[in-house]
Amino acid sequence: MLTVKTPKTKKAKRALDKRAPKLVENLKKTLLLHGTKTSNVLNAVLTEIYHLKKGSAIKYSRKNESVRPFESGGETSLEFFSLKTDCSLFVFGSHSKKRPNNLVIGRTYDHHIYDLVEVGVENFKTMESFSYDKKLAPLVGTKPFFAFMGEGFENVEELKHLKEVLLDLFRGEVVENLNIAGLDRVYVCTAVSSNRVFFTHCALRLKRSGIVVPRMELVEVGPSMDFVVRRHRLPNDSLKKEAMKTTTGKPKKKEKNVSRDVIQGKIGKIYIPDQQVGGMALSNDAKGLKRERREAKLKNGVNEHKSKKQKADTE
Amino acid sequence: METETQKYQIDVGNLMAYDPYHSFSSLPQDREQLVKECLQKGTELVQAIADVLFNLPSTEDRDGPIVQLPPPTTRLPREKHLPKPKPPTKWELFAKQKGIKNHKKDKIVFDEQTGTWKRRHGYDRVDDDKDVPIIEAKMTDEPGEDPFAKRQVEKKERVEKQEKNRLQNLKKAAKVGALPSHIQLAATALPITGTQSAPKKVSKDELENVAGMAATATASGGKFDKKLPGEKSAKHPGKYRKFLPVAEGSGMGSQEQQQTQKVLNKLFAKHSHEILDVDKAVTMFNVKKEKKKKDWQGKGKSSSMSDKLKPKKKSNFKAPNKGSSKKGASKKGSSKKVKTK
Repeated sequence: MLTVKTPKTKKAKRALDKRAPKLVENLKKTLLLHGTKTSNVLNAVLTEIYHLKKGSAIKYSRKNESVRPFESGGETSLEFFSLKTDCSLFVFGSHSKKRPNNLVIGRTYDHHIYDLVEVGVENFKTMESFSYDKKLAPLVGTKPFFAFMGEGFENVEELKHLKEVLLDLFRGEVVENLNIAGLDRVYVCTAVSSNRVFFTHCALRLKRSGIVVPRMELVEVGPSMDFVVRRHRLPNDSLKKEAMKTTTGKPKKKEKNVSRDVIQGKIGKIYIPDQQVGGMALSNDAKGLKRERREAKLKNGVNEHKSKKQKADTE
Repeated sequence: METETQKYQIDVGNLMAYDPYHSFSSLPQDREQLVKECLQKGTELVQAIADVLFNLPSTEDRDGPIVQLPPPTTRLPREKHLPKPKPPTKWELFAKQKGIKNHKKDKIVFDEQTGTWKRRHGYDRVDDDKDVPIIEAKMTDEPGEDPFAKRQVEKKERVEKQEKNRLQNLKKAAKVGALPSHIQLAATALPITGTQSAPKKVSKDELENVAGMAATATASGGKFDKKLPGEKSAKHPGKYRKFLPVAEGSGMGSQEQQQTQKVLNKLFAKHSHEILDVDKAVTMFNVKKEKKKKDWQGKGKSSSMSDKLKPKKKSNFKAPNKGSSKKGASKKGSSKKVKTK
């Protein structure tokens, strides 16, 4: 037997509709979590990524014993968290003797793990350790620039993968219209060697240059760190093909209240609510006034009247 | 600029630039040196993006110039699958086959019975069951049947049928994976054969109990049955009741004797009459007495009642009146027993 379960409230329905698969997708949310053991460095890395991604990230602060993304069976609870929080990107920190300061960055498709990259964090510098003019500090949720350099990102498979994942992780919302004045951050990634990537976050300063294009100036604001690529897992081809599917057409918006006629051409309909003559606003019961003031006004009016009368009497 | 764009791979949609030809002439040993070099190169790349970006046609806004970004060229995977089209319902298929087309109906209809405009559906609708005072008889009507009740039953049936159809269509949609986002199909327990409705929800404990019972319902107590994968052994293996050993001995053997001795000692003790709760006995006696009185007063009525309450076997042997008196007598006996205690 099957029963139909529907949300009991409109709020719940809206929440579910937000999570539904869509033609034009929402911003990917990121889940930040860690394993049984973490180091100070890793804690700092996770919080700083959280700060960078504020507004579209969820950070878990408890230990997670059963999360081991690369092992079979270790992804179950991760997938569950992804479903629960509606996150399709995750950054998992763990620290062990074999893999110190380990960061697993991964993506999910339909709440199942899509791909994984494991990196070790070295030479980490926090945001606080940089000193700069605070006016330059990037605002929350702005669209960043990306600068990738080094042939490693093209030749080495791991780095190529890492580049894509980093882009997906930090790119923010896909927008059509962009306010150029709001551009204020850059992520700079350099492939130093075949398995090492230098990653840093910079603020952007636009300087006058005399022409339309301003001169760019980068100010390092942190965090900055080295990623040493360890393990990685690419999606299998069929899954990749499935996940890369896009539609060219935008969803059509329903045209309302417009009809076409052979003789009259395009006809629009306008609805005007009935004029409520009976309940028309009068000067006395103006809603803007507070009740006390309104009453006082009425009283004063009466008083004036009285005083006038009295005056007349005395005269 | 031409040379730059050729040199760098630029994705304006993602504001990303990539320089595939960059390599350190000599890897700087000093960290600061490295950072400096990277930032310098990064500035160049960002400048390259900006060259393209600031030359895009822009519209002036209060907060700054707004440009229209081209779609990103770097392909990134989707988060969830594309929304799937909903399969047509059975009715839609049928309507298409027959060429039936929907035509719009007004939301409000004139109700001739009340002479007002009313809703077609929902609360306070036209031709509502409550508003029909008279239903004219037809030749086909069966005598003795309430037409109002019949109307209600028919309506209920129609609603149920529609609900069934809806479930069928949803199941079909679920198979394709095109269920509306806010609807979930949840499995419930199967109805027990012979009962009308499905039990609401069976808890885990209950299920375990039932499974345990079923597993042990063989001559061997389920000892030789094959276990299903993941099936746990029954919670209560073996016997429920325990008896103490009757044979005399030390330890466990003497426990049974001790138990009976305890009871006997209580009965034969010097102050054994204190076991009896006199107050309780008196009230019990009084209640019985009153009942008896009542029985005598309403002999005719009560006899039939008592007859119903009594098992049939006894009434076959004795007259109903006597039966009631006998009942009283038996009660008397029981009360006497209390006394003797």
